Amino acid sequence: MNLSPQTQLEMQRRMLRIRRFDERASKMVKRGQIPGTVHTSIGQEAQVVGACMALGEGDYMTGNHRSHGHPIGKGSPLGPLMAELVGKATGVCGGKGGSLHLADFSVGSLGESGIVGSSIPIATGAALSSKVLDNGHVSLAFFGDGAANQGCLYEAMNLAGVWKLPIVFLCENNQYALSTPAHTVTSGVIADRAAGFGMPGVRVEDGQDVLAVYDAVHTAVRRARRGEGPSLVEVITYRYNEHSEGLKLGTDYRDQAERAQWVERDPIVVFRQRLVDDGVATAEQLDALEAEVIEEVDEAVQFTNDSPFPDPSVAFKDLYTEPIGALA
Amino acid sequence: MTVMSYLGAIGAAQREAMEADPSVVIIGEDVEANVYGTTGGGKSRSDKGDFLQMFGSNRIRNTPISEEVIVGAAAGAAMTGLRPIVDLSYSSFLYMAMDQFVNQVAKNRYMFGGQASMPVVFRSAMFYGLNTGAHHSDRPYPMFMNVPGLKIVVPATPYDAKGLLRTAVDSDDPVLTFEACILWGTKGEVPEEEYRIPLGEARTVRRGDDATVVAISSAVPAAIAAAESLAEDGISVEVIDPRTLVPFDTEAVIRSVQRTGRLVVADPAHRTCSAAAEISAMVAEEAFESLRAPIVRVTTPDTQIPFSPSLEKQLYPSGPRITEAIRRVIGQPTSMPSHGARDMDQLATQAPR
Ligand SMILES: Cc1ncc(C[n+]2csc(CCOP(=O)(O)OP(=O)(O)O)c2C)c(N)n1
Ligand SMILES: [Mg+2]
Repeated sequence: MNLSPQTQLEMQRRMLRIRRFDERASKMVKRGQIPGTVHTSIGQEAQVVGACMALGEGDYMTGNHRSHGHPIGKGSPLGPLMAELVGKATGVCGGKGGSLHLADFSVGSLGESGIVGSSIPIATGAALSSKVLDNGHVSLAFFGDGAANQGCLYEAMNLAGVWKLPIVFLCENNQYALSTPAHTVTSGVIADRAAGFGMPGVRVEDGQDVLAVYDAVHTAVRRARRGEGPSLVEVITYRYNEHSEGLKLGTDYRDQAERAQWVERDPIVVFRQRLVDDGVATAEQLDALEAEVIEEVDEAVQFTNDSPFPDPSVAFKDLYTEPIGALA
Repeated sequence: MTVMSYLGAIGAAQREAMEADPSVVIIGEDVEANVYGTTGGGKSRSDKGDFLQMFGSNRIRNTPISEEVIVGAAAGAAMTGLRPIVDLSYSSFLYMAMDQFVNQVAKNRYMFGGQASMPVVFRSAMFYGLNTGAHHSDRPYPMFMNVPGLKIVVPATPYDAKGLLRTAVDSDDPVLTFEACILWGTKGEVPEEEYRIPLGEARTVRRGDDATVVAISSAVPAAIAAAESLAEDGISVEVIDPRTLVPFDTEAVIRSVQRTGRLVVADPAHRTCSAAAEISAMVAEEAFESLRAPIVRVTTPDTQIPFSPSLEKQLYPSGPRITEAIRRVIGQPTSMPSHGARDMDQLATQAPR
């Protein structure tokens, strides 16, 4: 696949946006500046960005609790996302969603879900409306290896298969669901499950390679857009941080040597080297790109700090189109 | 005006909604073959009014038996430009999709700060009273009243079934309609032309001065029967059908109780946390001064639904049980035999939890 230099640089930019945003969010959790906790995508940026960039602008996407990378990967501005994590009025959901429930409809992000697996049917429904309205949009459902054992995934795959819906089921296999190694709770290979539904199932063994992820997802997206139906793409990757920020588990469920191996193949470092080697960009250009992203994150934090908290009355808004009952 | 059955009125509303707006689609198990009688003209595909013939397979879709994805996909489709009507057939099957109802359908507009619109209708039929046993006799609307973000519709007449369903399809909020199968064959006058009934407007079925009965779903005809029998004794009973439980027409009920001073709530749901419980609490809070006697609830006792007709029938609010309850609130001697209504109410409160 021959991607333009601009596209490749945009991939690197989006991976950096996720990394720096999540690093900042992690710090803010530890300093008590973000209430509750967050789940970072640090280490998984290639998997997220490769998938998001294979989608078009009008395409839909749903996600899960590991939630910041998806809208960032799809091109959301950072300010309203960061403001949402803090619960500010200018947050992308007005402060009612928080980290677990980000959504940015302006970029086709139909919502992250705090309930593992629960957003997969939503993405399937978005694909149904694309099909009925014949508007050419494709839908992509992000879910983890843990969610791959939820029944609703298989209801959704069956429905999407039988209706030939334009959807990509994207399993972010970071090899653990919280503390549980995927292989201890998962029978067989996730990608192989696609065969049972008569759809292609591919496994991207190196999910740290953004181009490999892009290739696989792009093939699935093209197939969906041609009206040929759904695909399942499983991407093997790794999260570098703890399941959620600030979480301290009593037992060491992950081998530190294993983690070190994956950290060595940092997707952002790997791709940076490749961009230089392929002559797509110079080291100076890439340094400048990094500086721009850091500035963008700084601005997002500044925007957040400058924003007010929502008025208490906002707790009663947006339940219905018009308030009803005691709220009316 | 034309005379229609309750079921026919639902079918007519669906047909009108499908004709009016190409973004309306119907999905559900066995909808193509018109198994439940609301998606066709008759028994044969060649009968006039067959939905598949009229609207095509893009807009009327048989689903696999996968309630969780049916409900979730309808929500996702509603968020992206369709206005699905989902036929879930039996109300008992809603539980299969509880996560999607509670965590997605009800929460998405709110959680996402108003970005999501959720114009979707979930229809389901309550088969209670028809000897279908414990797995097919549920009346689960109170559980969903406990979920902010959903609207709950419980029509009791053909006129209401049609007009409320049209409004539900127009609504940009998710609406659950609970249809009582025991009312399917009820005939009533329905306008030929299109009409809509606003959600949250109760109907005063019958005017009266001595007591108010708020009746839900199939309890409405039972309450009318009770009012008619008491009229013979000179007791004048007001019957109110709220028609929708969320939103609820609090004002209509309060106004009536302020006049009559007495309230009976008849609700086919299980007693604990029933719609009747909520309505009673609301009246106790807002019209306590007007009450001249304790409120009486006539509900289904907190037991599961048995199969045998001899066991099942006694459980639901009936004309005699409502009559008895009204006599109690107006302080008249009761006439029920010992296994009658009063025992049922006691049973209801004593049932093991
Ligand atoms: C239905 C449900 N069950 C359990 C949880 C608690 N929980 C949150 S994240 C998580 C692990 C999810 O693992 P995976 O799907 O692999 O995603 P990852 O965190 O690895 O990205 C668990 C058990 C939940 N949020 N929802
Ligand atoms: Mg995982």
